[in-house]
Amino acid sequence: MAEKIGVYVCHCGSNIAQMVDCKNVVDYAATLPNVTVAREYQYMCSDPGQELIKKDIKELGLTRVVVASCSPLMHELTFRRAVEEGGLNQFLFQMANIREQCSWISEKKEMATERAKAIVGAAVKRVAFQEPLEVKKVPVNPNVLIVGGGITGIEAALQIADSGKKVYLVEREPTIGGYMTRFDKTFPTLDCAACILTPKMVNVAQHPNIELLSYSDVTGFSGYVGNFTARIRRRPRYVEEEKCNGCGLCTEKCPISVPSEFDCGLGKRKAIYRPFPQAVPNIPVIDREHCLFFTKGICKVCVKFCPRGAINFDQKEEFLDLEVGAAILATGFDLFDASKVKQYGYGRLPNVITSLEFERFSHASGPTGGKILLKNGQTPASIAILHCIGSRDTNFNEYCSRVCCMYSMKMAHLAHEKTEGKVYEFYIDIRAFGKGYEEFYKRLLSEETVFIRGKAAEVTDVAQTPAEKGRLIVVAEDTLLGIVRRTPVDMVVLSVGLEPRKDAADLARIFSISRSQDGFFLERHPKLAPVSTASDGIFIAGSCQGPKDIPDSVAQGAAAAANVLSLIDRKEVTLEPTVAVIDEESCSGCKICLGLCPYNAITFDETKKVSKVNDALCKGCGVCVAGCPSGAIEQRNFTDAQLLAEVESVCASGK
Amino acid sequence: MEFAYYPGCSLEGMNKAYDQSARLVSKSLGIDLKELNDWNCCGASAYMSIRELRAHLLSARNLAMAEREKKDLAVVCPACYTNLTKTNHYMGEDARLRRTVESALKAANLQYMGTVKVRHLLDVIVSEIGESEVRAKVTKPLSGLKIAPYYGCQFTRPLGDYDDKEFPTMLDTLLKWLGAEPVYFPLKAKCCGGILMTTNESVALPLVRSLLDSATQNGGECIATICPLCHMTLEAYQGDVNKAFSTGFKVPMFYFTQLMGLAFGFNKKELGINQELISSKALLEKHLEVAR
Repeated sequence: MAEKIGVYVCHCGSNIAQMVDCKNVVDYAATLPNVTVAREYQYMCSDPGQELIKKDIKELGLTRVVVASCSPLMHELTFRRAVEEGGLNQFLFQMANIREQCSWISEKKEMATERAKAIVGAAVKRVAFQEPLEVKKVPVNPNVLIVGGGITGIEAALQIADSGKKVYLVEREPTIGGYMTRFDKTFPTLDCAACILTPKMVNVAQHPNIELLSYSDVTGFSGYVGNFTARIRRRPRYVEEEKCNGCGLCTEKCPISVPSEFDCGLGKRKAIYRPFPQAVPNIPVIDREHCLFFTKGICKVCVKFCPRGAINFDQKEEFLDLEVGAAILATGFDLFDASKVKQYGYGRLPNVITSLEFERFSHASGPTGGKILLKNGQTPASIAILHCIGSRDTNFNEYCSRVCCMYSMKMAHLAHEKTEGKVYEFYIDIRAFGKGYEEFYKRLLSEETVFIRGKAAEVTDVAQTPAEKGRLIVVAEDTLLGIVRRTPVDMVVLSVGLEPRKDAADLARIFSISRSQDGFFLERHPKLAPVSTASDGIFIAGSCQGPKDIPDSVAQGAAAAANVLSLIDRKEVTLEPTVAVIDEESCSGCKICLGLCPYNAITFDETKKVSKVNDALCKGCGVCVAGCPSGAIEQRNFTDAQLLAEVESVCASGK
Repeated sequence: MEFAYYPGCSLEGMNKAYDQSARLVSKSLGIDLKELNDWNCCGASAYMSIRELRAHLLSARNLAMAEREKKDLAVVCPACYTNLTKTNHYMGEDARLRRTVESALKAANLQYMGTVKVRHLLDVIVSEIGESEVRAKVTKPLSGLKIAPYYGCQFTRPLGDYDDKEFPTMLDTLLKWLGAEPVYFPLKAKCCGGILMTTNESVALPLVRSLLDSATQNGGECIATICPLCHMTLEAYQGDVNKAFSTGFKVPMFYFTQLMGLAFGFNKKELGINQELISSKALLEKHLEVAR
């Protein structure tokens, strides 16, 4: 039986019509074999446009539909739905892109019209070979995995847990809270970071729907949307969480003091410690490297003093397998290593510090009790803050780290308030883009901060004048005046940029997600799907996707939570049937496809000696189809017959 | 380890001692330096900025001849290094330049496929020969000798990627292997004034002065160099600096290869330590001669 094909050419307002002679295309389509009807319409995606299709299917008995309009990314689903509502299988439809691939890229109407005819002709040829496919539905596990317990992960966890869903929150460090726990004040409002963060941390700890897995990481992740299995490694704390009541006696009595990572090495902590007093969970960990029991087999003071018998030196690493329906990665960022830029002398010149070290100095419960101090214990009379360290720099990271201008100005304000000294900002451009940010910049300008437009070339201790002796001299070209300035100061703060986590590549591999060129996780669409990834059911939020400030991170945490809730409340998900299928007869069992599949969707059947595709895991990328040396793999809706029909038609129409 | 050796013009004249000592210590470390036959000027220092294409042609000819001998090029002068590396780099990046250079080379029956690596001798010694072999050659360690390690502006900039561009450490490392004590020298990669000395002394002299200041204030008794021009500038203009600023500098200068030679037990004359303008006799007597 011959197919009855309907062709619909869309004007897209003037987007297509002003470059393509749509009438001409319709007339051409009407002459093609098996075309029963060809029409044009202003907006095919509108309700009346879709109605045209449905009506024709019913009244003219169409068996195939072609719409020539925009990119399938835009409206393929819209038209598939219309076709289905008209009573046909939705895969008996083909979209011809005459906007992005024709009208928008053409300069002459004649050529564009010819090109549109070629594209439509190919779609008509192809659609005749298309087969009805069934969409599979699978149930969704309502539990959610969140990786990373910074402010982003906390926000996402609370949003999801509040809706009654179970959340597993995995945090690598002994406490949740992330970088924000280490900041003093937040810009531009100057409210205290801890005051707004710690209540949320406590909420996480007390929430009945959140299972907090701190001091743990994800080592494996498999399955498909709605049905994932996550393997969690729980590192031993050597303190039993169920027994410990967080009294802190062990920490108080521990005889070993070492530099505290939390304080950037500026303060001390014990060998059994909580990173900071408001840690969540409020349970210490033992640092094996320094604990006397682990290094020398002696001491056990903590065991002696613990009123609950919670210390357990025999604790071992444990692995947990969790079943979840969706995952959010909120793994944050690493700070740029300032010692890489040798000309600023970090690590070589005393009193050159990083911005995070400044935060710890400035923090009321930091190592100096909130005082900004030089190595010699004195208060600096002048401080220079250097912007863009490691950012906007082709030698290191090309991108702007977004937060540094604002946190630098916050530091300038705090430095001036705390030291009453002179504060200089050396900047390339001031990027004050958020709500209230420009106003904060204005405020700083009216305070006594001196803004010098010029990226610092170096920080040197080589004095040229008596006034420079014994001080740090910031050398920079003042680009407003066109002069080189030498500015002697007592302290230099390097505003370091944000980088992807060192192990971002490992995590991306575990979760089968991509990274952008800068190394951060890649979102599905930079504007329209900012927290989704190319892998269904896996979402990203916060600075693991790119540098972000606190408001944006929180917004993304909540956005990812909304995406997850919308997914799991559907209770079931449909899986695209456009997957690869292996013909067992032709499969030679060479296993080449196993190594090619980026989604681990192919397994090998040892008894039959053939490869098999798991439909649920297959994303239909087609790599195995192209790679199979026996031609045994075919992708549904992209069969050889369909593709060849399309190609032949285009080649035949070539002028 | 075999290299085509490109001495460059200054090593044939003013900086002969560098050439002598470089060949000597290389030989003793098993680095076979075969002077590139019929080599020509590298185009330093201003030619590249005035006649860029012709400057590339000069370097390309040297590279092509090294390629014909199937050898990498070992260079001691950072200006030569920079020019040869620039041509190598831009011929790889810029197809149009490559075509032009290739057609010019053809006229001289030469061709260049881009296979030659240009290496500075210091990089070869530190990265390829390495600590244990250098230390094994040290028979008279330079113990107690405090040296300011001076790299100058062109050792890693713009295209050397074997050391930090702004604060290199390779020479420091090598001096330690020789038993010497490299002193803290924050200006180690700063400009010496170089060619400016001939055109604008008022800019160049303070640069030399600040280098000498920093080297001596940090305890340096002498300065080790890797660049013939830096060496000459810092040595020949100490008198002028003293006159202009009423200072009293008499800081001996050594090529790094001369210091290696001393530590390896060669005699001073072989190393050209008798051709210097500022005598190192007293300093060497104080530290080394007693044991000799």
